[in-house]
Amino acid sequence: MALYSEKVMDHFRNPRNVGVIEDADGVGEAGNPVCGDIMKIYLKIDNDIITDVKFETFGCGSAIASSSMATELIKGKPINEAAALTNKAVTEALDGLPAHKLHCSVLAEEAIKLALKDYFDKNGIEYDKNEFPDEAHCAHCGEGCN
Amino acid sequence: MIYADNAATTKMSRTAIEAMLPYMDKIYGNPSSLYSFGQDAKEALEDARARIASVLGCEPREIIFTSGGSEADNQAIFSAARQGEKKGKKHIISTAFEHHAVLHTLEKLKKQGFEITLLDVHSNGIVTPEQVADAIREDTCLVTIMFANNEIGTIQPIAEIGKICREKQVLFHTDAVQAAGHLHVNVKEQNIDMLSLSAHKFHGPKGIGVLYAKKGIILDNVINGGAQERGKRAGTENIPAIMGMAAALEEAVANLDANSTKLIKLRERLIEGLDKIPYGELNGDRTNRLPGNVNFCFEGIEGESLLLLLDDKGICASSGSACTSGSLDPSHVLLAIGRPHEVAHGSLRLSINEETTEEDITYMIEAVTDVVTYLRNMSPFWRDLVNGKRTHVFAE
Repeated sequence: MALYSEKVMDHFRNPRNVGVIEDADGVGEAGNPVCGDIMKIYLKIDNDIITDVKFETFGCGSAIASSSMATELIKGKPINEAAALTNKAVTEALDGLPAHKLHCSVLAEEAIKLALKDYFDKNGIEYDKNEFPDEAHCAHCGEGCN
Repeated sequence: MIYADNAATTKMSRTAIEAMLPYMDKIYGNPSSLYSFGQDAKEALEDARARIASVLGCEPREIIFTSGGSEADNQAIFSAARQGEKKGKKHIISTAFEHHAVLHTLEKLKKQGFEITLLDVHSNGIVTPEQVADAIREDTCLVTIMFANNEIGTIQPIAEIGKICREKQVLFHTDAVQAAGHLHVNVKEQNIDMLSLSAHKFHGPKGIGVLYAKKGIILDNVINGGAQERGKRAGTENIPAIMGMAAALEEAVANLDANSTKLIKLRERLIEGLDKIPYGELNGDRTNRLPGNVNFCFEGIEGESLLLLLDDKGICASSGSACTSGSLDPSHVLLAIGRPHEVAHGSLRLSINEETTEEDITYMIEAVTDVVTYLRNMSPFWRDLVNGKRTHVFAE
């Protein structure tokens, strides 16, 4: 039995939306090098629609696949839909992740939320502070990321 | 496929397989049975024991067959601890980068009131005899130090450590799982009281190993039951595996010098090639290492994704990243030699063998260089290092 689903391996081998958006409207980063994974999400937003999204990831196979899938799931979507994206949705879209890799999908959700928060902050848009915390928390080590 | 994970396990040699076959379908009797069919198996068992003893430089009666290296480590350490305890000696010396078969056994003893001193292995991955001499106390009952490290391949000064232990009358055990069949091992010359080895690391079968215990050492059973192995290890002997192990060990030792010369040449080329990748560094001493071991850390990438992409290119390798260890922390060996977490996550171990070719080395250098570059290009950690937002650990 393979370690990962075919979907995970496809997104790992051929990651979608890798790169940087230089003039991004929102940027979010979750994870830290000590834990061994960092995800950075760049958003381009026009009229409340995510017109472009790119990611950079330092991490394992499932971290790269989770980033790739998460960007696919929010590309072209309204920001309220992106904000509602859960790690569960990312995991399901990947046909599942091994239990000890679920935190990778959490990082993807957190990185997107932080990128949206950055966009709200820059544009003076009101948002629910509980839904968009100041800092991501690594799901696996439970420590704040910086 | 290029198999470069020989420190994990090896392909069985044809000699070992041939040595096993007759004991599966022809001489399959139980060596404990008194009829001659069983006694034929018993004869083979004792012949294998004598041959292994001859290779290790000990008496046949000092060899106990176990299920492998882990069981041998457990039995050696628990036995020394139980005897020490009787004399009020509850201090054990080891190193910070032992195999978990040793470290987890020591942790268990710690919970039972033993005091454990784990010696520093320095940035080169080598402990000194002086450290051992300084750490030995009146109540020390055991020194257990591995012959060669399984991840970074560094070779410890075993004979010198053994000499100190003899002088101070402290038992000395060595986990020689990575060394047996690859380095010169002689328990008499190297002053070793107890030694563990495992057949599948030198082209023998899996699930079989040896505990050598010097005459006079009282062993505690890990497996209780029948009177096999002089009552020190119960269970019907795995004769086919034992025959395969004896054949594999003899073969490995007969070819040791030639294989070693060949491997060191290949290893050096591999190290030189990988050293050209910027911001990477070899783990462990440059020369005092197992002939087939190469272990690097590369900044800005994570080991599991590196392994998966190398697998796509047909290379079997290993890493000490947390994601591959199944725990939150990267390899305790890499942390023990002072690698920071973020660098330890980006480690790669390539352990080659005598079948590895010059072409394989060339291909591996290219493949690793390509994959590291590819992963760095999508790594925000690497971007931060390049932009100066984070500080490099290694020199370019």
